[in-house]
Amino acid sequence: MTLRPDLALVAGLIPAGSRVLDLGCGSGELLAALIASAGCRGTGVEIDPDSVLAAISAGVPVIELDLDSELAEFADHSYDVVVLSRTVQTLHRPVEVLNHMGRIGERLIVSVPNFGYWRHRLRLLRGRMPMSREIPHAWYDTPNLRHTTLVELEELFASLGLKVEQRVVLSPAGAPLRSGDRLYNVVGGSAVYVLHTNGG
Amino acid sequence: MADGAQPGSVGLVSTKTVRLFTTESPLMLELGGSLGPIDVAYETYGSLSPAADNAVFICHALTGDAHAAGFHERAKRPGWWDNLIGPGRPLDTNRFFVISANLIGGCQGSTGPSSTDPATGKAYGLHFPLLMMRDLVEVHRALVRHLGISRLVAALGGSLGGMQVLQWALDHPAEVANAIVVAASSRLTAQNIGFSAVARRAIMTDPNFADGAYAAGGVNPDTGLAIARMMAHITYLSEDALTEKFGRQPHPDRQHPGFGIDFAVESYLDHQGQVFLERFDALSYLYLTRVMDYFDPFAAPDALEAVTADPVKWLVLSFDTDWRFGTEHSRRIVRKLERAGQPVTFREIPSAWGHDSFLLPVEPYHATLRAYFDRALKEVRA
Repeated sequence: MTLRPDLALVAGLIPAGSRVLDLGCGSGELLAALIASAGCRGTGVEIDPDSVLAAISAGVPVIELDLDSELAEFADHSYDVVVLSRTVQTLHRPVEVLNHMGRIGERLIVSVPNFGYWRHRLRLLRGRMPMSREIPHAWYDTPNLRHTTLVELEELFASLGLKVEQRVVLSPAGAPLRSGDRLYNVVGGSAVYVLHTNGG
Repeated sequence: MADGAQPGSVGLVSTKTVRLFTTESPLMLELGGSLGPIDVAYETYGSLSPAADNAVFICHALTGDAHAAGFHERAKRPGWWDNLIGPGRPLDTNRFFVISANLIGGCQGSTGPSSTDPATGKAYGLHFPLLMMRDLVEVHRALVRHLGISRLVAALGGSLGGMQVLQWALDHPAEVANAIVVAASSRLTAQNIGFSAVARRAIMTDPNFADGAYAAGGVNPDTGLAIARMMAHITYLSEDALTEKFGRQPHPDRQHPGFGIDFAVESYLDHQGQVFLERFDALSYLYLTRVMDYFDPFAAPDALEAVTADPVKWLVLSFDTDWRFGTEHSRRIVRKLERAGQPVTFREIPSAWGHDSFLLPVEPYHATLRAYFDRALKEVRA
């Protein structure tokens, strides 16, 4: 089974043998791969019923609950890695969710589309809402509730005491860009962050 | 498939009985003392594979029995979980070997308080020993060994059945690859115990109860048992389900307001109470509700030791309108297991029907079980 490229990137950031909590796990693709080939254990969290069924069929332990309101079910420091993959922009309460993630695990992996990508800015200048491969939805039909640029997201991380250990910026096609590109907030279509809590 | 069987049905089945413990070699009970002989009524569906690696054990709820699927000779109604078990059904008997046994303490073929005590030649009555969840599980284990199976693909149960599955997998993880716990509880609330207490009081204060020795007098505490069932039945359905079924419809025979059966719901509950008398024993009701009251497996400090060393895969399901063992009961089980590092899958299934939903072919519920069983078999054979 070949992992979707963005998930393969996330998988590469997770140490073998970790206990992983995957928030918004979808059909469990990432966890299935980590369990099968990296000796990981873990739990997926998902609220879409069809995705939950697909995760069950993939043999991935999955707990059906609402990220926005029910993460208190998980104990402090109970996972090595907590993943939030292309989900933060769909949350009602992203601050609470990030705080819970920091409470549950030490190493957090968060991936997001970048609303500050230059083509998005160009569309907005032309008077139209951003749309791209990363954000393919019309404004009236999008699951995305929170529109953030990478720079503003990093400000939020800092204010929550989450330290950016690693930032992988991806082109809109999903290829990692040169690290340290000062224009990452302009050229990046999305990014994957590895975060540490201050305690960690 | 037997004549007259519907597609998807296991067809004609019959209940077998086996003596699993004897007077000389009795079951040692959790609270001390022993019980023997013990006979167990059970049914099986499908075929055990040569490797004996496709067995699923069904644990029934408070008033269930061994007859979970298919039809008995001349019966019009199938077993109580027929919608789940059969060729092509979610628990597919073309691939799985399914075992269903009547609980001890019950009254449908397995040894219980109305069985004859060999020491006296009379029914045990209240001299029957008090049972705990582990005692029920020990007897299931003996049956599984008797059938030549060392490890189940899954144990599955709803309500009290789920509680047996929980105890079993916690104590003997090597015997249960997958534990499926539906609409169950790991600890009854005061409200739960309160309902059971009223049911027991109704039975025990029926003049025919005769301190449990009613069999000797050839009578039964029918009034008390029917009241117990009527009340319990209300707790098995959601308020919306009762409203949808009956609303405030009058009973067709109602002439003028009085204290008879004036409303349709009263007639329904009365009927539920009456038909229950034909199949259930008042003493079994006392003993099996008490098993639930005392069930609290996570209270033991070492409760999770065995599964921590040897994890079981768990599927925990609740129904959103269940107020007998609502979602919070299942969530507690999930928390305990997940925090012990167990691979746990949990869903809250939307269903209008309350606690009874676990017996009904609710689509997302059956789809979940089907996906889970398919995967479980694949993993066992991987």
